Amino acid sequence: MIPLNWLLILSGVLFAISVAGMFINRKNLILLLMCVELLLLAVNFNFVAFSRYLNDINGQIFVFFVLTVAAAESAIGLAILVVLFRERRSINVEDLSTLKG
Amino acid sequence: MLVEVLFWVFASVLAVSALAMITVRNPVHSALLLVLCFFTSAAIWLLIEAEFLAVVLILVYVGAVMVLFLFVVMMLDINIEEVRARVTRYALFGGIVAGVVVFEIVSVVWTRSLGLDVTTGAQAQPAGYSNTAELGKLLYTDYVYPFELAAVLLLIAIVAAISLTMRKRAGLKQQNVSAQVAVRREDRVRIVKVEAVRPETTTPEKGA
Repeated sequence: MIPLNWLLILSGVLFAISVAGMFINRKNLILLLMCVELLLLAVNFNFVAFSRYLNDINGQIFVFFVLTVAAAESAIGLAILVVLFRERRSINVEDLSTLKG
Repeated sequence: MLVEVLFWVFASVLAVSALAMITVRNPVHSALLLVLCFFTSAAIWLLIEAEFLAVVLILVYVGAVMVLFLFVVMMLDINIEEVRARVTRYALFGGIVAGVVVFEIVSVVWTRSLGLDVTTGAQAQPAGYSNTAELGKLLYTDYVYPFELAAVLLLIAIVAAISLTMRKRAGLKQQNVSAQVAVRREDRVRIVKVEAVRPETTTPEKGA
């Protein structure tokens, strides 16, 4: 079987890549949402790996709930994005400075 | 041995597609590469015998969420060049942060401070073991209230997404259902009393 630390390092690498993606694509709102999805996937990797190696299936239940919340989050996020694009004709984060005061 | 080789293949595909996802210029390509990421992750989850979650990942993420992303990316015509104008300014900083994250996680993993022998794998489950059945038993007993709360959360997400994006168009002909239901008989039906009138036409007499 696969050692646990391989899985943990893979999940760490995935997490780091998506954090870097947030810095690189910090102006494109759609890519920011995609990076959030990738972050949640990396977290789920840890849950699944530990659940499997500690023989405790409760961790996989948590992945289930994380998937639910992530689906709801991306649905609402994309709805807000569509409304925003309709109002501003842009999804550039720098154009969204209304709340700055 | 085969499992380890497959793990390395899938892990490298996953890392390369994630790197490509954050660096390609076209958002459609990014979304498709993210689909590849989810698919490869599902394959790795299958390798460590989390079958139900692997299938759910493909069904929910590839089947629903990423299709939604692709719809939105293709629906909005984004000026890619403008969005991607000053990418390299933050690439170095992002790379440094990512490197620090990897270093920290790897160092934590290598210290083995968890009191857990992480170098050997878990035992393979016996034949006839059903991951889905085990998850189902737990989900419908211990976690039944969180499960129902998750259902309510999804309902709220549906209502929120629809109410955010629905818009009233001018000049659209619609039914006013409450007005239709609230209408009474007196508003619509008018009873007209019409006197019977003898027709004035002369009928030819029989004997003539």
